[in-house]
Amino acid sequence: MSIFSKYDGLAQSLAAVTADGGRNPFAVVIDRPLSSTVGLIEGRETLLFGTNNYLGLSQSEAAIEAAIAAARTHGVGTTGSRIANGTQGLHRQLEERIAAYFQRRHCMVFSTGYQANLGMISALAGKDDYLLLDADSHASIYDGSRLGHAQVIRFRHNDPEDLRKRLRRLDGTPGAKLIVVEGIYSMMGDVVPMAEFAAVKREAGAWLLADEAHSFGVMGAHGRGVAEADGVEGDVDFVVGTFSKSLGTVGGYCVSDHDGLDLIRLCSRPYMFTASLPPEIIAATMAALDEMGRRPELRHTLMDNARRLHAGLNAAGLRTGPQASPVVSVILDEVDQAVRFWNRLLDLGVYVNLSLPPATPDQHPLLRTSVMATHTPAQIDRAVDIFATVAREFGLMRPAAASA
Amino acid sequence: MSETVADVSALIVQTLLANPKVPRDINGSSKIVEDLAFDSLAVMNFVMEIEDSLDVSVPLDRLADIRTIDDLAACVVSLKQAT
Repeated sequence: MSIFSKYDGLAQSLAAVTADGGRNPFAVVIDRPLSSTVGLIEGRETLLFGTNNYLGLSQSEAAIEAAIAAARTHGVGTTGSRIANGTQGLHRQLEERIAAYFQRRHCMVFSTGYQANLGMISALAGKDDYLLLDADSHASIYDGSRLGHAQVIRFRHNDPEDLRKRLRRLDGTPGAKLIVVEGIYSMMGDVVPMAEFAAVKREAGAWLLADEAHSFGVMGAHGRGVAEADGVEGDVDFVVGTFSKSLGTVGGYCVSDHDGLDLIRLCSRPYMFTASLPPEIIAATMAALDEMGRRPELRHTLMDNARRLHAGLNAAGLRTGPQASPVVSVILDEVDQAVRFWNRLLDLGVYVNLSLPPATPDQHPLLRTSVMATHTPAQIDRAVDIFATVAREFGLMRPAAASA
Repeated sequence: MSETVADVSALIVQTLLANPKVPRDINGSSKIVEDLAFDSLAVMNFVMEIEDSLDVSVPLDRLADIRTIDDLAACVVSLKQAT
């Protein structure tokens, strides 16, 4: 028996997805980006609507120059973990800059956003503690809960009342209660009701960790996320996030006002046992952070673009989530239809993400798009036209839109 | 806390049968993943319904040891007795 035989079902699912000559949607190669919004795929110029590069800063001139300069002065890698030989002056600088941006006392930087969630959640919630996770949490949050030893309780997605009920069941039990929510949920683009969760947290005397991976640089007057937009930053004990979306690089962070954060450096395995961020990435991240702070108009254009795409797809008769946010997902019913739709979009020059259950809520396949501040209105209209063309080919127009 | 494992097991079967996709011939010894063809997410969502019916929280780490409907019923009863 092969060690891979437990994946026979997975192999069959993949074979079904690629039947009839379809592409493997999880192995698309972007030969190279031509700009933040256009990439070369299969030799064709393709509109990028699935890269999470919300502000387009992966192609920031300032960040590119900073990376080159840092590589010249520092080299290209640290070859060590943060607690051994892997902390350089640049790491401290980056932590100070991120803490200052969030107006928090402390910051810890991780090598990826995935590791930031893994490292914070597993270390904060110990054996006698309780973790309360939103049902639609990202895999990094679930994985963090499995790496630690806390009791893990799931509450209904974006439902503060359901959380309140589950906290009530824990009344009188010893141990800290750590609530984990996300700012914007990555599959449907829906936004957390942070102020309501903050109220539940205060009532219960619990702790609150918010993963603002998709909302950092996107929500709030200064781009500090949904907690800023809702005016409840003081109730969020820990903000976790990533550099790999709005800042266009890679790496993760946690900011907090709690002095205990420094102790986490000595007990968080995903922080301790991996190589630290390389100098050129740190320099590029700091340059991108400067640019994000200096150009608030990027956020306004991003939200205008999100509304344009959301409205356009709905007008084309497609079903999306209720909110216009930088993640706009078209909801379909059948996996094979979603696979064919996704292939056709790529044939016609639009790259989006195909998201399949069980990674999606409610067992629906999604065509997940992410919008950028650097998309032009013409590019968005072109993408909407191509979506509408494919929807017509597939007979997917909803009656209201078809007759309009 | 008067529920017995048999009571809870019957309630779980009844809850499951409300879902038209679930096979009709299930009983307490049915295996949740194999016999019901539930993936990991479906199992967690179904447990959430049971939690609400019985006003109890089942920590996710307890699910790892649960194979059958009776296992889940026994776990729920022990959690209820502990509170």
